[in-house]
Amino acid sequence: MEDRAGQAKGTVLRLVLGGAAMFGFAFALVPLYDVICEVTGLNGKTAGRYEAAPAALEPDRSRDVQVRFVTNTNAGMPWRFGAEQGGMTVNPGGLNVAMFYAENPTNRPMVAQTIPSIAPGRAASYFHKTECFCFDQQVLMPGEKVEMPMRFIVDRDLPEGVVTISLSYTMFDITDQASGRYALEKALATKSAPAAKASGDTGAAGG
Amino acid sequence: MMSKLSSIARTVLATLCVFAGAAAVAAEYNMPVGVTDVSREIQELHMTIFWICVAIGVLVFGAMLVSMVLHRKSLGATPATFHESTKLELLWTVIPIVILVVMALPATDVLVKIYDTGGEDMVVEVRGYQWKWQYKYLDEELNEQVSFFSNLATPRGQILGQSEKGENYLLEVDNELVIPTDTKVRFLLTSNDVIHSWWVPDFGLKRDAIPGFINEAWANVKEPGVYRGQCTELCGKDHGFMPVVVRVVPKAEFQQWYAAQLEASATEALAMAN
Amino acid sequence: MSAVIEAHHDDHDHGPAKGITRWLYTTNHKDIGSMYLWFSFIMFLVGGVMALVIRAELFQPGLQFVEPALFNQMTTNHGLIMVFGAIMPAFVGLANWMVPLMIGAPDMALPRMNNLSFWILPFAFGMLLSTLFMESGGPNFGWTFYAPLSTTYAPDSVTYFIFAVHLAGASSIMGAINIIATILNMRAPGMTLMKMPMFVWTWLITAYLLIAVMPVLAGAVTMMLFDIHFGTSFFDASGGGDPVLFQHVFWFFGHPEVYIMILPAFGIVSHIISTFSRKPLFGYDSMVYATSSIAFLSFIVWAHHMFTVGMPLAGELFFMYATMLIAVPTGVKVFNWVSTMWRGSMTFETPMLFALAFIFLFTIGGFSGLMLAIAPADFQYHDTYFVVAHFHYVLVSGALFSIFGAVYFWLPKWTGHMYNEGLGKLHFWLSFIGVNVAFFPMHFSGLAGMPRRIPDYALQFADVNAWSTVGAFVFGISQLLFLWILVQTIRAGQKATTEVWEGSEGLEWTVPSPAPYHTFAEPPKVA
Repeated sequence: MEDRAGQAKGTVLRLVLGGAAMFGFAFALVPLYDVICEVTGLNGKTAGRYEAAPAALEPDRSRDVQVRFVTNTNAGMPWRFGAEQGGMTVNPGGLNVAMFYAENPTNRPMVAQTIPSIAPGRAASYFHKTECFCFDQQVLMPGEKVEMPMRFIVDRDLPEGVVTISLSYTMFDITDQASGRYALEKALATKSAPAAKASGDTGAAGG
Repeated sequence: MMSKLSSIARTVLATLCVFAGAAAVAAEYNMPVGVTDVSREIQELHMTIFWICVAIGVLVFGAMLVSMVLHRKSLGATPATFHESTKLELLWTVIPIVILVVMALPATDVLVKIYDTGGEDMVVEVRGYQWKWQYKYLDEELNEQVSFFSNLATPRGQILGQSEKGENYLLEVDNELVIPTDTKVRFLLTSNDVIHSWWVPDFGLKRDAIPGFINEAWANVKEPGVYRGQCTELCGKDHGFMPVVVRVVPKAEFQQWYAAQLEASATEALAMAN
Repeated sequence: MSAVIEAHHDDHDHGPAKGITRWLYTTNHKDIGSMYLWFSFIMFLVGGVMALVIRAELFQPGLQFVEPALFNQMTTNHGLIMVFGAIMPAFVGLANWMVPLMIGAPDMALPRMNNLSFWILPFAFGMLLSTLFMESGGPNFGWTFYAPLSTTYAPDSVTYFIFAVHLAGASSIMGAINIIATILNMRAPGMTLMKMPMFVWTWLITAYLLIAVMPVLAGAVTMMLFDIHFGTSFFDASGGGDPVLFQHVFWFFGHPEVYIMILPAFGIVSHIISTFSRKPLFGYDSMVYATSSIAFLSFIVWAHHMFTVGMPLAGELFFMYATMLIAVPTGVKVFNWVSTMWRGSMTFETPMLFALAFIFLFTIGGFSGLMLAIAPADFQYHDTYFVVAHFHYVLVSGALFSIFGAVYFWLPKWTGHMYNEGLGKLHFWLSFIGVNVAFFPMHFSGLAGMPRRIPDYALQFADVNAWSTVGAFVFGISQLLFLWILVQTIRAGQKATTEVWEGSEGLEWTVPSPAPYHTFAEPPKVA
């Protein structure tokens, strides 16, 4: 007679290991997807902060690229959010800065997350942001207004046919989400007497 | 008997052809040719693939019909025993592949053209809301100066059957999107809440509006007129009640309209500030 | 092990248990097959009522009977019930009944799991249907339940919906495992893979598709669950996610799913055409390869459901080419069926009528599918009634007609009685006319610009919609005739012979009619 008990044990072991391997694979997919999206620039995501090599900062003056900014707040987000300029004409390789503003007109502290998106999709991996308010959550006290710079470089290798790049920012209210609550806690711990810092001090010119 | 068969078969086949042809040609129920080069080329692709399908259909259904009439036990037919032929299998694998390749070439051309969004003359942002559209004209210096919502204008009474339905029932809005003719207009599409989709059949243009993301599409409309479409992605209870209406006007008329809009929104901004 | 079977063989038929516990505890493939079939028929009628509510509202422009919110629940649940509650369980029921008989096996490989696979379904669908009576209303986001309409903006009942999908998915996966284990291990000696009947082949391939993609659906609804309840952002841009991710995951399941719903139909049609032509199936090997090609290709075409989403050009082109390619093996199958008929000696009993109608109407559905594959043209077809026409042609006059044909074909074997041929033909013609009047005009309203999933429409679509409603009601009501025929045949009717049909070939036609409770306790010899 075959070793039934031993065979069964072997099967159980293989099934358990198989199950564990599948679980581990699923776990590993989290960093794996990040890498894939970064490498391919998929779905208009422009990846994280860009570390520019000095040589790459030489602007290619023979070529103009129009960069347009589109700003929106998502449903249920009462902040005022916009770009100080509708767009700019840049040279690939040069470092540029664009200014954005955000204001919390409500009477409670709120946290925002701004999500970028680029059209055409194939330009996404050639648009590098060295500084962006979209990298972090934005905490604003009631009535607070901020100016937010965004520094970017359009890669010199941007494909020939791309003449206009549209960068869209959508601002979401994440005050009630885990990341929002965390950011708010951190901010409240460092900011002092939030109510007293209402509109008057921040230089917001009425409106 | 043979002549009876062939006359039946010929009549039926002819009827089918006429039916198919008439139905297709009846412009009222066919895809519109539209008013852009893209829409016209799409319609041509549509008709090409349609006729290819009709041709294959005539062959296949014709063979079926002949077989059903002739190869009946009631007519005393005895069944043959053949049951394979490598040559036939190869033939009817290769020929369809060739037909498909021939079809894929013009389709690829048109798709490449549709994706060529660069070199536009004008940019309009289209934002989908539950349940209306928002249009913003984007210009160089400032983010947007002219922006407005476009809501269904059909009175509720018409929908509930309390009054007679107007000509543009469910396809009319309070504020139409206005764009000039012969201008490459680039549309940037996004959404405020759920996924919507912006469709103007006469432009051959349909693109999804996705919250948090931006999509782009373009149209260069040759003929002035009013063109109507609808939201084409289920977005909640009033998905069927958020139409798209675009008024295309000559360039001079557009400049006038746009200037008037600028003035109106400047006046409004001033009034709100005071 | 063999000692046990021999002992049973001598102990002549104790027969099935009596009462309700027979059905609750049965491990018999015939009983389970019957339960699946009855369940699917009940679900078909429920989903059909929802369709008639939809068509009643769409009979004329204006809102007459239902509010848009309820209309969305009707369209959503009509789709869910028909796909997961009617078509799929019907094919599983047919598999349960016929696969063991066709391969000369005494039962399925895992009879107790078979029972569980079935009994999960009434529970799952009971739960799903109960959501329609909940305060928040039932699912209203389409059977394709795109995020964020189905996550952030969903009614509270969405969690029950997710649970029901998980349960139905588990049922399908277990059923598929059972089918594969049965087919690979329990064929009678001499029945090599390339000698298996086509229904067995198509179900073997379908079972692999099920195991491959049902877990993907489970993944999609689990990600939904987490987004809704546990603060994740798979499909939520604000957290770095993407609504389009949902579509990719869903359609990676969704496209093979539609082939899951048609491959068994292909198998049934092969059997019926060759039987009633009294001629062997033309190109058996080719049919096996074609079915396998279709199954393989079905994994790489999913994004043709997403041509308007804003995919990169390279992706759009790839999916267009791959989708067009799938027409080739499908066409090969149609040509093979016609060649089977050719120079046969045909009679036109009800199963044959349904099989012939399948070839004719499924091919029309295939043509509109080919048109949809042309990506630039799809910009005009997508999310319009052109798509609704396409999938109803392939699913109703395709899959459903094959199920009707199969039931008429095998009913004498199951019940021992011939059904009433005149009534069967009447059911066929009413269904054929109803289906075409209901769905053919939809090609035109779609081309003319009518979007999907709307409860009210512009005036130019009125005539087409009126026709569709008439056809739908004719079709719907004639299914009550089918119910009558079924009940009559089970209770009484002309006694059926063992071989039932003159041209019948295969092991299933060697057992008595009705098939005994236990068959093939000893494996038969296959030439």
